[in-house]
Amino acid sequence: MKRHLISAGDLTRQDALLILDTADELARVSDRSIKKLPTLRGRTVVNLFFEDSTRTRISFEAAAKRLSADVINFSAKGSSVSKGESLKDTALTLQAMGADAVVIRHSASGAPHRLATWVDGSVVNAGDGTHEHPTQALLDAFTMRRRLGALDGRRITIVGDVLHSRVARSNVLLLNTLGAQVTLVAPPTLLPVTVDSWPCEVSYDLDAVLPKSDVIMMLRVQTERMNASYFPSAREYSRRYGLDRDRLAKMADDAIVMHPGPMNRGVEIAAEVADSARSTIVEQVANGVTIRMAVLYLLLGGETQ
Amino acid sequence: MSDARNAVRAVLEGPDINRALTRIAHEIIERTKGAGNIVLLGIPTRGATLAVRLGERIAQFEGVKVPVGSLDITMYRDDLRLRPARPLGRTELPADGVDDRTVVLVDDVLFSGRTVRAALDALNDVGRPKAVQLATLVDRGHRELPIRADYVGKNLPTAKSEQVKVFLEEIDGREAVVLIKGEEK
Amino acid sequence: MTDFIVRNARILGGEPADIAISGGLIAEVGRGLTAGGASEFDADGLVALPGLVDLHTHLREPGREDAETVASGTRAAALGGFTAVHAMANTSPVADTAGVVEQVWRLGQEAGHCEVRPVGAVTAGLNGERLAELGAMADSAAGVRVFSDDGKCVSDAVVMRRALEYVKAFDGVIAQHAQEPRLTEGAQMNEGAVSGRLGLVGWPAVAEEAIIARDCLLAAHVGSRLHICHVSTAGSVEILRWAKSKGWNITAEVTPHHLLLTDDLVEDSPVGSYNPIYKVNPPLRTREDVEALRAALADGTIDCVATDHAPHPVEDKETEWGAAAMGMIGLETALAVVHEAMVETGLLDWAGVADRMSYRPARIGRVRGQGLPPTAGSPANLTFYDPSVRDEVDPGGFASKSRNTPYEGRTLPGRVVATFLRGRPTVLEGKLA
Repeated sequence: MKRHLISAGDLTRQDALLILDTADELARVSDRSIKKLPTLRGRTVVNLFFEDSTRTRISFEAAAKRLSADVINFSAKGSSVSKGESLKDTALTLQAMGADAVVIRHSASGAPHRLATWVDGSVVNAGDGTHEHPTQALLDAFTMRRRLGALDGRRITIVGDVLHSRVARSNVLLLNTLGAQVTLVAPPTLLPVTVDSWPCEVSYDLDAVLPKSDVIMMLRVQTERMNASYFPSAREYSRRYGLDRDRLAKMADDAIVMHPGPMNRGVEIAAEVADSARSTIVEQVANGVTIRMAVLYLLLGGETQ
Repeated sequence: MSDARNAVRAVLEGPDINRALTRIAHEIIERTKGAGNIVLLGIPTRGATLAVRLGERIAQFEGVKVPVGSLDITMYRDDLRLRPARPLGRTELPADGVDDRTVVLVDDVLFSGRTVRAALDALNDVGRPKAVQLATLVDRGHRELPIRADYVGKNLPTAKSEQVKVFLEEIDGREAVVLIKGEEK
Repeated sequence: MTDFIVRNARILGGEPADIAISGGLIAEVGRGLTAGGASEFDADGLVALPGLVDLHTHLREPGREDAETVASGTRAAALGGFTAVHAMANTSPVADTAGVVEQVWRLGQEAGHCEVRPVGAVTAGLNGERLAELGAMADSAAGVRVFSDDGKCVSDAVVMRRALEYVKAFDGVIAQHAQEPRLTEGAQMNEGAVSGRLGLVGWPAVAEEAIIARDCLLAAHVGSRLHICHVSTAGSVEILRWAKSKGWNITAEVTPHHLLLTDDLVEDSPVGSYNPIYKVNPPLRTREDVEALRAALADGTIDCVATDHAPHPVEDKETEWGAAAMGMIGLETALAVVHEAMVETGLLDWAGVADRMSYRPARIGRVRGQGLPPTAGSPANLTFYDPSVRDEVDPGGFASKSRNTPYEGRTLPGRVVATFLRGRPTVLEGKLA
């Protein structure tokens, strides 16, 4: 594996399977009463969050703590960052503190790439702008594999705002690496104009794709996109691209429904679908801690390069 | 010359391994007074296979079904930073756990004792056994920690630079313990 | 009385000849001229070009003297072989009055490294709404002829029409920064496969092309001169080719970086991914665009090369991509890049380079005494270039105050050995004279 995890595209098939297999073993630890492992004792993991994301931050924090790493939470709000300190100066501070890994969430695409040029430790991308969110893709793949087995040849449909979705970008790359067939479904306004260069299929018709899918992954649609004319109204979006009970009924019997959260119930997903037995939404959260433990272990558990 | 330097010598071959395991099984039954309250935990990869074989023998000799499991110690190693991160082995505890039982740890080769030290730490996190014992197919000496085995298949005097490798039918398709001469330092 | 004898220079890449310089003029060109006590400059193996003229330079003074000053920027210009530069108007305060343009012009004269021709803003404060005092700037000591809101597009069609019409009275030209603002809100890089993968807001080619098309039609309608800044797309080239075929009075420039660099550098380059050293307005485009721009410069559809030298302090580039300033410095590498992109590829010879980097930009900017062929009687504005060397670019040696060059660590051909401004050397042996 590379020293950093910045893009799902950095992972070879072998790397990705190693992470998933490691997570499989670590999942057993989560079931026992003592969940802590001594593996990363003496190592420091910094959570550097320039964007509010309590869910992702506590997931990484739990993962690092279960591996006995020291965790420092550095949130941009109320810190020197809000007083105009640059990303570079923040990076140099973390470097001086001896961070072995920096988990970064930033609103600017590519911020983790820049950070990696300024710190010696491993950089883990916890979501950068509209670029990528590789640990989300890994936990999604992990969740799918636990429900469906190996992903080779599986048909996975990702529905929603692909243009602005870091989850979609990372999932397309990782699922392609793992041998799955990905189809993106969205209104044309919410797809990159060059989406035909991506390793996946594209459709504008959810109903046509539904019955052939093993997995339907719904993306959050920001209502502010409506004001920017990406689509006429939440109601029209929901009617054309939302997953409701009728559409759920068209899915194959063993197909599952995923959502990276947070959900807009009633817009991209109906409440009864989100809460149905087909939905893996709660599992995804639990699996998030496990997959992040696997990533931190594989990046930090061995010798320092 | 080069033959001598890289010499590979079989120490145990074919049925030797099973003979040693049979002896260990009898010793376990004797020392634990019928093996009624024990759990066999093998240290992956080959220790786990050996634990399964020991369990079969104890069941055969004594008519008791001994709980068998595996205990991966990777996350507890003290030498993690000396090598790239390694894949994890399987930890599989018997349904009734290890509390108040005599746990017999099973490993293929006992060398520095650091693996066993890690196993004791790992065990500590999964429960509180009544006692812990150690069974090993080969004890090759050179201990770096105050650890000794309760059951030994073969005591094998070695030079520190030598390597001991265990091959088992289930994993490697053959049965052997070989001693590989190391490079002189 | 001859001041200088230049020996064995290959004028426009031709056969070696001597050039005698006297009283700021080229006195004589020929073989074996007698020195008569004049200083001699051995130009053996060097190509002699007319002093280069840049239509598009950001000197940052007044306002951002931390990034560049008129003095430092014109030193960089001289080292790059330029004898005249046009100082863009987006300073602070904006060059939208006679006072500011005269100040810049005077600073240029005092520095003395090359001629500084201030560009006047089209609209007051670059706000795109109300015309600046174009006539006052034209009549000032600076004698402004090029007007531009560069950095911003004059997007309002009515304002653009009025500006085009108004400057006819004093033979001015509007240099348009073609960027439809709504189509480029928050835009970060060329919209294409790379922006899609990198999750950066795309900057569509159409945002440039739509404005160019509109302005060509407007210029034709009112019968005015129009200049298009930093053309960057193949589509723009097509529109310009069509507009020129109509005989309309339209000119265009291309930057050196758009002749060489492509948008995939944002994803993967020797200096990493998302390195804002490649962030520039207009953005780097694709290989197809680069090929089209080179062809257009070769066939004259694009009239000239302009550097768009845009200095920024280190802290404005050592950031995440989204927060970084747009722009690259280019004065000191322009000729080398044109050499690599156009001459080494066989698209232009040295006479062609002289035309695209000196004659035509001087004519567009109405710069008197510049951009004239290096023949007897012309002002002695000359650049001597050694095309035989090839070196790694070392920004540490730049005269510019800023270091935001995209060529650091890259090897480029050639070296400017000497520059003469009206008979006086500003650069000798590659160093400021």
